[in-house]
Amino acid sequence: MTVRFGGKVAVDEASLVAEPGRITGLIGANGAGKTTLFNVVTGLLAPDAGEVVLDGRDLTRLPPYKRARLGLARTFQRLELLGTMTVRENIAVAAETRRGWARDGVRPARVVDAVLDRIGLRDIADVRADTLPTGIARLVELARALATKPEVLLLDEPASGQTEQETEKFGSMLQVLAGEGMTVVLVEHDVPLVMAICDVVHVLDFGRIIAVGTPEEIRHDANVIAAYLGSPEQRDGEPSGAARHSRCL
Amino acid sequence: MDKLLTFSITGLSLAAIYAIGASGLVLTYTTTGIFNFAHGAIGMIGAFAYWQLRFDWGWPAPIALAVVLVVMAPLFGVFLEAVIMRSLEGTSDATKLVVSISLLSGLIGLANWIWQPGVQRPTSRFFQGSKFTVFGVFVSWHEATALLLAVGVALALRFLLHRTGIGIAMRAAVDDRDLAMLNGARPNRGSMLAWALGCSLAALSGILFVGTLGLEAGVLALLIVNAYAAAIVGRLRSLPLTFVGALILGLGEAYWQGYRADVSFLSGSNLSTFGSAIPVMILFAVLLVLPNPRLKGRAARSREFFAAPSRGAALAFSGVMVVGAYVISGFMTRAHQIDLAEAFAFAIIALSFVPLVGMAGRVSLCQLSFAGIGAVTMAHLGNENSLRGLVAAVVITAAVGALVALPALRLSGIYLALATAAFAVALDRWVFQLRSFEVFGLFPVKFFEAGSVSVNRVEVGGISTASPRAQAMLLSIVFALLALFVTWIRRNAFGRRLLALKESEAACATFGMNLTLAKLTVFALAAGIAGLGGALYGGLLQSVNPGHFSFVTGLPVFMLAVVGGIGSVGGALNAGIGLATLAVIPNLIPALEKVMPVMPGLVGIGLGRNPSGGVQKMTEAFAPVRRSPRALLALTGALALLTVLRSIDVIGNWPYVLLAMAVAFASPLVATTLGGRGSDPAAGEGAGEDGEPIALEWVGLLRPFTDDDRKSMDLSLGHSSGVSRGTA
Repeated sequence: MTVRFGGKVAVDEASLVAEPGRITGLIGANGAGKTTLFNVVTGLLAPDAGEVVLDGRDLTRLPPYKRARLGLARTFQRLELLGTMTVRENIAVAAETRRGWARDGVRPARVVDAVLDRIGLRDIADVRADTLPTGIARLVELARALATKPEVLLLDEPASGQTEQETEKFGSMLQVLAGEGMTVVLVEHDVPLVMAICDVVHVLDFGRIIAVGTPEEIRHDANVIAAYLGSPEQRDGEPSGAARHSRCL
Repeated sequence: MDKLLTFSITGLSLAAIYAIGASGLVLTYTTTGIFNFAHGAIGMIGAFAYWQLRFDWGWPAPIALAVVLVVMAPLFGVFLEAVIMRSLEGTSDATKLVVSISLLSGLIGLANWIWQPGVQRPTSRFFQGSKFTVFGVFVSWHEATALLLAVGVALALRFLLHRTGIGIAMRAAVDDRDLAMLNGARPNRGSMLAWALGCSLAALSGILFVGTLGLEAGVLALLIVNAYAAAIVGRLRSLPLTFVGALILGLGEAYWQGYRADVSFLSGSNLSTFGSAIPVMILFAVLLVLPNPRLKGRAARSREFFAAPSRGAALAFSGVMVVGAYVISGFMTRAHQIDLAEAFAFAIIALSFVPLVGMAGRVSLCQLSFAGIGAVTMAHLGNENSLRGLVAAVVITAAVGALVALPALRLSGIYLALATAAFAVALDRWVFQLRSFEVFGLFPVKFFEAGSVSVNRVEVGGISTASPRAQAMLLSIVFALLALFVTWIRRNAFGRRLLALKESEAACATFGMNLTLAKLTVFALAAGIAGLGGALYGGLLQSVNPGHFSFVTGLPVFMLAVVGGIGSVGGALNAGIGLATLAVIPNLIPALEKVMPVMPGLVGIGLGRNPSGGVQKMTEAFAPVRRSPRALLALTGALALLTVLRSIDVIGNWPYVLLAMAVAFASPLVATTLGGRGSDPAAGEGAGEDGEPIALEWVGLLRPFTDDDRKSMDLSLGHSSGVSRGTA
């Protein structure tokens, strides 16, 4: 797909395939186009070219809510929690919306309870969402996404704002989800996490996918090393993200 | 050709006036971020002030102009900025909206207070209406002046905003106020200048209408609403586009007046009033074709919060309403029974704001217009069977609500408020003035028949509600039931969906919510409630005319509901009682008659300080009463005693009302005292009023220290008990 904002090409013929039961990582410096790509996939943004396909079905022209009903769910880098509602209500509203279209007789209350237990939010279920620290708020967004019982889960920087222990727990949770057959796509700045849990990693640089492969392959990819380490005079003005990545790699 | 030229000149001068008004609006919006609904009202006050000086006191025109435009209007602008607008920094769009709408309503009330309406006021145009000829066509000096002034304003604003330091600082402050301050700008000075200039421009546009139109506060204040359409064409940012918008409006209106009679299919009597509705229709249309915004994400953390009431609380509230109405109405004169019924009628209409504005966060300013549609439906379809009329009123208004909402779905904030205002004004100026007509010869459509129509009162199962007291009871019961219904919505899945919609549309879409359907449903629901309220209100009045349901009449309903707390049914009740009280007070204290219309405005202006509304505050204040059974019993007992005393005529109506209010206000204090006794050391250690344990750091604040507390404190501080005994 390709996305342009005015004259600037944010995503440049980037292509990404995510398979069921796997965690697909997407890394890249700030401004590389990761969130834009997610916005296109979930329908919040129309691409200038390209298509979004789920199970062979073209979603490109569908509005966001129809994509959600076909099994896409996501979290947001800049949290989109329903601030004046409690954690339980945040999850409930997704589960109840799901009942409207899924029609499988699963009671929303049961879904909410299951998700609360699974993510470990039971203790803060009745806390107002806008009082939560970022790390926990990201878990609530994950819980809300899971309440729609998605096939594809798109996570936009879920680990930022989390402590090290939280990240570790979070990583294993994603592996369990993938183990159950879910397609997980992970956009993340925390490269050690990506390298530890992803089956396939895509590297995005200035809107282009410059490398695809297993974590091991990515670590030794010449393109990635060139883009991330680069020559100093060329990369001086880069945002700090790139520097962090280079250290992590 | 002469005709074209004549009307072109009329149109151009009208466009000039619109452009001057609209550029003032754009100036204040771009520099302060506040869309000033009261801009037209400020212009109206300016026009009245000019009339006072120039025609009533006979001052020369240049001096009168200078005093209004250079002294009074700028001072008023500075006053507005310093006293009202500055405190709005960082509040939600809705709060800003209510404050400026309150100002609009308050200024109209003020003008009617100072300059009595309905009085002929001699005016004339500039230069006594003298004219000169251009290409064989007469042009008045007044029109020429308007055109020149518009050009002058355009050039001066351009220079100010792009060539002067303070102008650039003003523009910077809009983009990022904090950053501008860090860079040495003083945004307050810029805002003050913007408001001063904005008010001057508003006053100038108002003054230019003097001599061409009669001086009538409501009409003038809304006439400049036409200028809003021009400002919206400029997307509230671009001055050149604003001038283009003003040209379209002015010329469109002039040509419509000039050529309508020549086009046969436009000459029907129902189109005679259409011309005045053109600007608001253009406003509506322009709003609809504005570029599609992306789905809105999460708003900044909101100061506004409405807790979901419990089922018990809602039932108690509704029960108290009906029982209270029954008891109180028994002591009332027939006239006051009507007032009470009217309070509930307005409360029902205001209830329609709760799901729409309170839960879904979408501001509608046309709910009273929907009530008007409900009343008209009841008038025409409720003659034989009043219940059928009522059902029709709900169904038809709900359908109209959905129809209005359909094109406006993607609008929110001030844009939605403007679109609904445009709809309401279009109904006022055109639709409600229509005579009956047939739609494609299939079915007749009737409104107010260019006057007033009579509305039947409801008859349920042979029980007549013809008496005023029966009306009060009927309306209180309907209000109580609808309040239960709205509370039920708040507590169920649909209510949560509406709240979620208010918080983040992007999030809602990505977990599968059909935003279009949710918005349509809530609009239709709210319109239906308003329609029901309107039908019952019409029955209460028995004869209604468009004035009962006009845009301006509807503003206080909205403001008082917001002030009470738009997220709760209590806010709606507040609107009803508030309006009825405002109507009753002049009967008691005639001296206050003129002040009353200003009151809702004053109340609304104070909203910035407490955006969750007064009812929420009262609920919190009464919390101790609700928690203490003894206090609750005492309160009920005291009220019952007063009621008995009243019913055996020991006390009169007013002592009864005042004593009842005193008892109610005193009850939280009494409850706290009772609660304090309840937590005696004997009642259990560390327990609060309701038996919950209190954290140690709160002891002494929530209840007095006890010996046990001292012991446990000493223990945690590691003191030996002997030492602490010695000091104690």
